[in-house]
Formats: sequence, C-alpha cells, structure tokens
Amino acid sequence: MTFEEIKSIISEKFPDAILGEDLNATPHALIIDKKSIFEVCELLHTHEHLYFDMLSCLSGLDNGPENGTMEVVYNLYSIPFSLHLMLKVELDRNQPEIDSVVSIWRTANWHEREAFDMFGIKFDNHPDLRRILLPLDWEGFPLQKDYQEQEKYHGMNVIYDRREEVENWKEG
Amino acid sequence: MLIYSIINRHLIFNSSISIFNLKQQYKYHPDHLKNSEPTVYQEEQLKSEEMLINMGPQHPSTHGVLRLEVITDGEIVKDVIPHLGYLHRCFEKHAESLSYNQVLPYVDRMDYLAAINSEHAFAMGVERMLGIEEQIPKRVEYIRVLLAELNRLASHFVAIGTYGIDIGAFTPFLWMMRDREHILRLLEWASGARMLYNYIWIGGLFFDVPVGFEERCKSFSNYLKPKLKDLENLLISNKIFIDRTANVGVLPMDLAINYGVTGPMLRGSGLKLDLRKVDGYSVYPELDFDVPIGEGKMGVVGDCWDRTWVRYRECEESIKIIDQCLERLTGDLKRDKEFDPRAAVPKKIRPKAQDFYVRSENPKGELGYFFRADGKSDKPFRVKSRGPSFVNLSVLPEISKGYMLADLVAIMGSLDVVMGEVDR
Repeated sequence: MTFEEIKSIISEKFPDAILGEDLNATPHALIIDKKSIFEVCELLHTHEHLYFDMLSCLSGLDNGPENGTMEVVYNLYSIPFSLHLMLKVELDRNQPEIDSVVSIWRTANWHEREAFDMFGIKFDNHPDLRRILLPLDWEGFPLQKDYQEQEKYHGMNVIYDRREEVENWKEG
Repeated sequence: MLIYSIINRHLIFNSSISIFNLKQQYKYHPDHLKNSEPTVYQEEQLKSEEMLINMGPQHPSTHGVLRLEVITDGEIVKDVIPHLGYLHRCFEKHAESLSYNQVLPYVDRMDYLAAINSEHAFAMGVERMLGIEEQIPKRVEYIRVLLAELNRLASHFVAIGTYGIDIGAFTPFLWMMRDREHILRLLEWASGARMLYNYIWIGGLFFDVPVGFEERCKSFSNYLKPKLKDLENLLISNKIFIDRTANVGVLPMDLAINYGVTGPMLRGSGLKLDLRKVDGYSVYPELDFDVPIGEGKMGVVGDCWDRTWVRYRECEESIKIIDQCLERLTGDLKRDKEFDPRAAVPKKIRPKAQDFYVRSENPKGELGYFFRADGKSDKPFRVKSRGPSFVNLSVLPEISKGYMLADLVAIMGSLDVVMGEVDR
C-alpha cells in the first residue's frame, strides 16, 4: 500500500477532505480539512486494507501570531500492514477548535488534554477536557509562541530571576 | 535514599537562607488545592458506601510524584483518576530555545532510568533529518547499542526490583540494585556520569569507550547470567509473587493497542511488536535476539505476572545482544588509533525544513519524537516527545477497576512508569 493509494482511498470517500500533501515530511503527510478529520480518522481506522489501529502521537503546534495558525499533527501506525501516515490539520489561531478522536483511539484522551493544556486547542466531544500537566488555575498556554508568564502563582515569583539576590550577596 | 534526600534538602535550604537571604514567597491559603488540583469526584456525588481516597503524590508505591484519586467501595476500587504534572519541567518549551545538541542533556532527564536509550532515539532522529545516518561508523553504532542494552538491563532491574518491594518482597530489590550498580559503574566509566550521561552525540559519541571496557563488560555478562536465574527462582516463580500478580490487572490486547500501550506491557498482552525488530533501526537487524511475549502461563494473558515475566525474559535477550556486540567490538570492529567517534559529528546542525517523526524501542515502550524544523535556525521549531510512560499510564483506570485496593499497588507497579517521562 503506497501513500498514493491511501490518498485515493480517502479522496474516494471524502472528496473535499484532503487539502494537500506534504511529501517532505517523514512519514508522508496529508493535510486534512478540520471539518472532516473525524470521518477521515474513522475511515482510516476501520478500512480493511489500512486498519490504522495505533495512534502513535498527537501533537499540537503553534505557528506563531504572524502566521495566525495552529496545527494538530496525528501520527498513525497500522500494526497488521506496517503502514505509517501523518495527518496535519490547520486551525485558526484565535479560535482553535477541532473534533476529538477519543472515540476512535482512546489514547487520544491524554494527548488531546496535553494539547489543550499547552496550546489551548479545544477538542469538541472530548469526555474530560481538563488541564493535565499544569495546575488548573495556571494562566495562559505555555507552548504558544507569544506566551507570557504570569507574575505570581500563589504568592511565588514565576519568573526565575535571582540576579538581585546574587548582587546583594556579593556586596554583603 | 529518603534520609539522604531529607538531609540534602536541609543543606540546600539552610545554605540558601544564609547566602541569599531568601524570603518565603508562598502564601498559604486553604483553597489552593481546591483551585489548582481539584478532585474530579465531589463529595456530594458519591454514594453512601463509596469513599474517596487520595494515593500520593508522596506515596512510595506510586514510583514518583503521582497522585491517584481512588474511589472505593469498601476495598474494591471503583474508579481511579491519575493527577499528573508534579514533575513538569517544560522540556518542550526549553527545546524550542536550544539548539539540537543542547537539547540532548534534557532528553536524559526525561526517562532518567534509561537515558542512553532516549539519547539514542533523539540522536537518530536528528541524524536522519540531516541525512547523515549512513556516515556514522559501524563501531559507533555498536557502542551505542551495547550501552543502550546495558541501560535497558538497568531499567528493567529497577522495574522488577521495585515491583517486588511494592508487593512485599524485599530481597530481590537489593539484589537488583546491586547488579544495577555494576551497570551504572560501567556507564560511569564510559561517560563520566552515573545516570545522566550525555554520551551519545548527534553524529557520534562523546568519546570512545575506555580501554578494557569490552573485557569488563564480558565478565559482567558472565557474572549476570546465573544471577538472572537466581532472580527467577527468588521472585518470578515465587508462589507468593504469583498469587499477588497472576490474574490481576488483565490488559487485553485490543484494549492495549487502542490505548497506544507499547513495550513490555503490549508484549505482555501477547502481541509480538518490538520496534527493534519491526523498524530494524541502528544495527539491530544484524543482531540475533528473540522477542518474548506473555503467554498466560500463570493466569490470563496480559496480567501483571506476564508483564513482569516479559521484562525478565527481555533481560536475557539483552545479555544476548550485549555478547554479540562485544564479539564485534573486539573482533572486526576493534579499536584502533585511527578511530574517531566524533568524525561524523556535524559542525552545524541545521536540518532542512521538514516534519519528522522518529520512534525507537525504549525499555518502557515506543519513545517517539515529533520534530518540526523550519530550516532557518539551529533550534527546533517544535519538539514533541511521546513518552511511553505517559501513554502507558493512561490505561491504568481501565485495568484497575473492580480489583482490591492492594491490587492497585500491584497493577501500578507492573506498568513501570517513570514520572520524569510522564510529566517531562
């Protein structure tokens, strides 16, 4: 099964889903419309010649305020056919929202929570979208390119700067 | 270890007061816990026979700072909700502001029990992005695999040893720690550090292994073979151990795949998937080893005993690989004066603009890195690490429902998670 064949299987069923491809990426990537990501994933998961049963990795990505986009990257692996595929979905940076794929691969649960935690990407129909690594009362989404740390957290300084203390120590 | 850390903390704390005149910053408020890490279940939701118990973050059997919110009915576990993030060190944010070779030491600190394996995966990914993986000398690759397998042994020793101590067997822990110490000393001899090596560089090695290293490794592998037999007699086939672990925490294969579980856990569920075989990266295709899988010898396929047994069998396979590596390293790939482990180290690491996903077999499972290089700078635009511990831990609520609270400790231990990698 080649990349072209996978592509034609998807475009046969969902002609508008594929917006482009990235042959430079390893494994080769398809750029998918955000509206049809759930259907495409479901097809890839259940198709008898593809059967992508493992979602290896799901990463969020911020292209920065100048580009105005965020991305979600899916790395799929099919154990029985030993196929690899990367899916990329571009989102609006001001309102990053996408369908969750938890009902297909339950491993997506924590991956999507992490992407929400770090980028603020909202996953619709996610069963339990909470922050996972950071505390719930943390402000902002740290992996966004224009992230600014909050000044204080529970009275503690967040920005680690001890230059003043070192100066005092040198003098005293 | 506990006493040591307390003393250590006192020293640091006292000295920082005297040197820097540190003011206490933290402002206590009783609502802080409620705001920052609230429980998912509220008191009002629970039925009258149910109880909410917090296990951790300071609990010896959670293997680090993991907090489990456990809903119990008497002693039966109804639900488990892991709360993570106590060890979050912003690896991915750090990586975005460092060049590729500077990221390597951070990679060590993710899975600190198997640092060489993590380094190997990261270096392999960057080398493939640069397109120099063909230029790496054979001897370098063999040394990498040799050390990675030594480190895999060390990681499995901790996994099996601490698992024994979790469910009441004290002696195997001490035996495993003793044998692990031999490995750590070997690795310290090679790299200068006990646990966080920074030994594998992108495109080569920090240094060739010291003179006499191969012979010492050989004698270590001869020493270890009977010791592994002892381990089997003492722990793996021990009746109490089997009673505690067989038929407990059964993870069916399809559930494991759906949850993205990899490594010894997936193989314990009966699927022969080892990335060293499947992907055949590095020099693994030239080496001869088996992939052990769980067979349900003592209970059901995919129970806690199977997972431990797979780890134990993998130790034997690692020794096989080590022996073969040593044969090559003292044979046709013998050290000579001309050999330079840094020969292929690139002066400038600037991959072309691309997305790249690389994966390799860590002792705990599939360690993957997703890179995006923008082609303009020496720094990665984005690095995402897919830690096996993070993914493997997510299956815990699913496989611990309906078991006793004491079994939850047994299941937790059989996952073999390292919190440094879960939280990154």
